[in-house]
Amino acid sequence: MQIDLRTVSIKPLRHTFDHIARRFGDKPASRYQEGTYDIQQTDIFHYRPLWEPERKLFDKARTQVEMKDWYDLKDPRQFYYGAWTIARSRQQDAAESCFDMIEDRQLGDIIPAEVRQMALDILVPMRHVEWGGNMGNSYISAYGYGTAITQPCLYHAMDHLAVAQYLTRIGLVLDGPASLDKAKDAWMQGAMWQPMRQHVENLLVLQDWFEIFVAQNLVLEGLAYPMLYDYLDGDFSANGGTAISMMTRFMAEWSTETAKWVDAQIKVAAAESPENAALLSAWVRQYRAPTLAALAPLAARAFGDKAGDVLAEVTSQFNARCAKAGLSV
Amino acid sequence: MDMKASKKKLGLKEKYAHMTRGLGWETSYQPMDKVFPQATFEGIKIHDWDKWEDPFRLTMDAYWKYQAEKERKLYAVLDAFAQNNGHLGITDARYLNAVKLFLTGISPLEYVAHRGFAAAGRNFPGVGPRVACLMQSVDEVRHAQTQIHALSNYNKHYDGFHDFKHMLERVWYLSVPKSFFDDAFSAGPFEWMIAIGFSFEYVLTNLLFVPFMSGAAYNGDMATVTFGFSAQSDEARHMTLGLECIKFMLEQDPDNLPIVQKWIDKWAWRGIRVLTLVGMMMDYMLPKRVMSWKEAWEIYFEQNGGALFNDLAKYGIKVPECLTQCTEDKEHVSHQAWATFYQYGGAAAFHTWMPNDEEMDWLSAKYPNTFDKYYRARFTHWRDEAEKGNRFYTNTLPMLCQVCQIPMLFTEPGDPTKICYRESEYQGEKYHTCSDGCKHIFDDEPEKYIQAWLPVHQIYQGNCFPEGTDPTAEGFDPLAAVLDWYHFNNGKDNMDFEGSRDQANFAMWRGMATKNT
Repeated sequence: MQIDLRTVSIKPLRHTFDHIARRFGDKPASRYQEGTYDIQQTDIFHYRPLWEPERKLFDKARTQVEMKDWYDLKDPRQFYYGAWTIARSRQQDAAESCFDMIEDRQLGDIIPAEVRQMALDILVPMRHVEWGGNMGNSYISAYGYGTAITQPCLYHAMDHLAVAQYLTRIGLVLDGPASLDKAKDAWMQGAMWQPMRQHVENLLVLQDWFEIFVAQNLVLEGLAYPMLYDYLDGDFSANGGTAISMMTRFMAEWSTETAKWVDAQIKVAAAESPENAALLSAWVRQYRAPTLAALAPLAARAFGDKAGDVLAEVTSQFNARCAKAGLSV
Repeated sequence: MDMKASKKKLGLKEKYAHMTRGLGWETSYQPMDKVFPQATFEGIKIHDWDKWEDPFRLTMDAYWKYQAEKERKLYAVLDAFAQNNGHLGITDARYLNAVKLFLTGISPLEYVAHRGFAAAGRNFPGVGPRVACLMQSVDEVRHAQTQIHALSNYNKHYDGFHDFKHMLERVWYLSVPKSFFDDAFSAGPFEWMIAIGFSFEYVLTNLLFVPFMSGAAYNGDMATVTFGFSAQSDEARHMTLGLECIKFMLEQDPDNLPIVQKWIDKWAWRGIRVLTLVGMMMDYMLPKRVMSWKEAWEIYFEQNGGALFNDLAKYGIKVPECLTQCTEDKEHVSHQAWATFYQYGGAAAFHTWMPNDEEMDWLSAKYPNTFDKYYRARFTHWRDEAEKGNRFYTNTLPMLCQVCQIPMLFTEPGDPTKICYRESEYQGEKYHTCSDGCKHIFDDEPEKYIQAWLPVHQIYQGNCFPEGTDPTAEGFDPLAAVLDWYHFNNGKDNMDFEGSRDQANFAMWRGMATKNT
C-alpha cells in the first residue's frame, strides 16, 4: 500500500549550481558534491603570502604530484562535514559504551598484569605518534590543493586527535595520570621509542604535502595500524585483555574505513600518469624502511621472537595493498 | 599494582590538559624552528606557550556528540524547507537579494577561514591554540557547507546564486570581501588571529553574522535562520578564541603591544569597510527591517566594542584612531553604498531598486540628520525617472580604493557632498585610497597592496573578457563582454528588481501556492 501526499509542484529554473552542473550536468546534486567541488578558489589572488612569496595562496606547485583535475581525488565515503561528524558520533557512542562498561565494572582491574603493562608500554606512547598524524594532516588541509583532498585531510587530522585522546583514556583507565607521564618519558628518552620519534619528527618538516600524505597516511598508518590493532589486539584478546580490545574498537574500525579512502587517493593519483606512479612508489619505498625500523623495537616488545614474522606479514600485506593501488614497491 | 591513582576522578581542566597539552613535545631530532617555521617571522614574542588559557575545553568525543546533534536537526529543517517550498514564505522577493549577497560574498570566506585556521592549527608551537584553531577550522568548513546547502534551494528557483565561486574571484564588489580574507591568509599566523580570530570573529561578528541571520528571521527565511541558530554556539567558541589569543600575545611580552596595536588598527578599519555592504543590506535590502545600520553600529560597536576596548586598555591597547571617523560615517555609508549599487545595477549579480515612500519615511526617521538632507531628493529623482521609463544606469566604471577595493563613494570628513580621495606614491607610481584609514594601511605595507587585483583596472587592461574576445571588432560591447566573463545571465541576474524574472516567478509561484486560479 502506498499513499501519495500532494504538494504544490514548482518547476525549478535549475537543479544545482553552475560549477557543479559543468561537471555533472544540470541534475540534482548530492550534498557531498555541492559542499566539495570547486569551492576552493583557484584563479585570482590578491597578494602573495608573506610566508612563501614565490607561491600563490593556493598553489598546485606545493607538491611534485601533478593532476589535471585535483577534484578527481574524491572521497569514496563522500564525507562532507555533516556526514563525517554524524558517522563519527555513532562510532563514538559505541566506543563510549565500551569505556563506560569498563570503568563502571572496573574491568581494567582484571586484566593480567603483563597484558596491562604491554598496553601501557606500547599503546599509550602511541598518542604522540597520533599527534604527529594530526599535524601532518592539518598541514595538508591548509596547503594542499582542491577541497576533494584538503577536506578529508582535516577530518583525518581531527580523527587522529580523537585516537590520541582514546589512547590517553586507555592510559587513565589502566594506570591513572601517572601512565601518561611514564609514556611521555619513554617517548622522549626510552630506547624503544627513539627510532619512532625520530621518524615522526622527520615527517614534521616535510614540505611536499602529498609526500606527507604518502609517508603518514599510507606508509606509517598502513604498517602501524595492522600491527597494533590487528596482531597485538589479537594477542590482548587471547590473553585476558578483551577490555583493551574494547577500548581500541574505534581505531580498528576507523583504520579499515580510512584505508579505503587513502587507497582511493593513491590509486587515482598513480593512474593519472607514469610520473605520478613512479613518484608515489619511490616515496613508499623511501618511507617504508624507516617506518619498519621504527616499528621493530615495538614489535620486539610486543611479539618477542615472533616479531620478525609479524612485521614480515604486515609488510607483505602492505605491499600487496600498494600493488593493488597501482604502485611498484 | 597500585590502582589508587586511576580511581580518583579527574577534574575537567586536568582531564582536558591530559587530552591535549600532554600530546605535544619539544622536538630534538628536528629543530623546533624547522617544525614551526612560521612562529617568529612576524616579530611576536612568545616565551611560554603553557600560559595559554584554553578558551573552551572540548575533546573530540564531546565535539562529535554536540555537532552531530546540531547537524541532524539542521538538515531535517533544510529537507522540510525544500520539500514544502519554504522559499515562498519569505516576506517579498526583494529579500532574496540579501541572501545572494551572503552566498556570493560571505560563504566562500567561511571556506577560506577553514583553510586559514587549518594553517594556524598547524603553525603555532603551542598545543592549546593549535587544537582550538583546528576546531575552528572544521567549524568553518561546516559553515561554508551548511550555507551552501541551505541556499541551494534558492538557487534552484532564483537568479544570482548560480555561480558563486566563479563570481567571488571576479566580480568587482566581491573583491572587497575576497581581498579581506586573502590579505589575512597571506599574512602570518599571528596577524591571521588578529584579523580573523579577533577583529572579524570577535569585534565584527555581531555586525555581520547577526544582521544577516536576524534579517532572515524577520523576513521568513527559515533555511538561513536555522543555519544561523545552528552556528551560534560555534560562533561563541570562535569569539572566545579570538579574545584569548589577543590577551595571550599581550601578556607574553611588552614588545608585542605595538605590533598588536598596529594590526588592530588595520583590521578594525578593513572590517568596517567590508561592513559597508552589510549596512546597505540592512537599510535597503530587507523588506522587513531589523534595525537601522546606525542603530546596529551604536549597540554592537560603540557600546559592546567600547566595553571590549576598556577591557583591553589595561594591556595598553588604545581604541583605533580611525574609528572616530565612524561616528560620522554611520549616518552616511549605507545610503552612499546603495546609491552606488543602484547606479551600477547593470553590473551587480543582484537586483537593486529605490525605496518606496514608506521605506523612505523609515529612513528619514532612522537618519534624521542626513537622509532627507543629502539623499532623499536624489533617490526620489531616480525613482521618478525609473517610473517614466528612464531607469538610470551608469555605463562608466568607478575608481576603486587600492586597499579596501570599494569604489570611491565615501565622502570627506566634515563634508558629505565631496568624495574623499587620498593619494600615495610608491616606486614612482600613484595609488589611490578612499580614506585616511585605507591610506594609512597602504603606506604601512605598500609592497603588499600594490599587488591588489583591482577589478576596474583589470577590465581596462582587457583582462576581463572571455577568451577569444576581439575588443577591436565593430560594435564591441565591453560591458556585455565583462558580464559574460563574470558568468552573469545578463538581464536576469542584474538590473532593477522591477521587471525581473525573480519578481515575476515569485509572484506567480506564490499565487499557485495560495490561490486556486
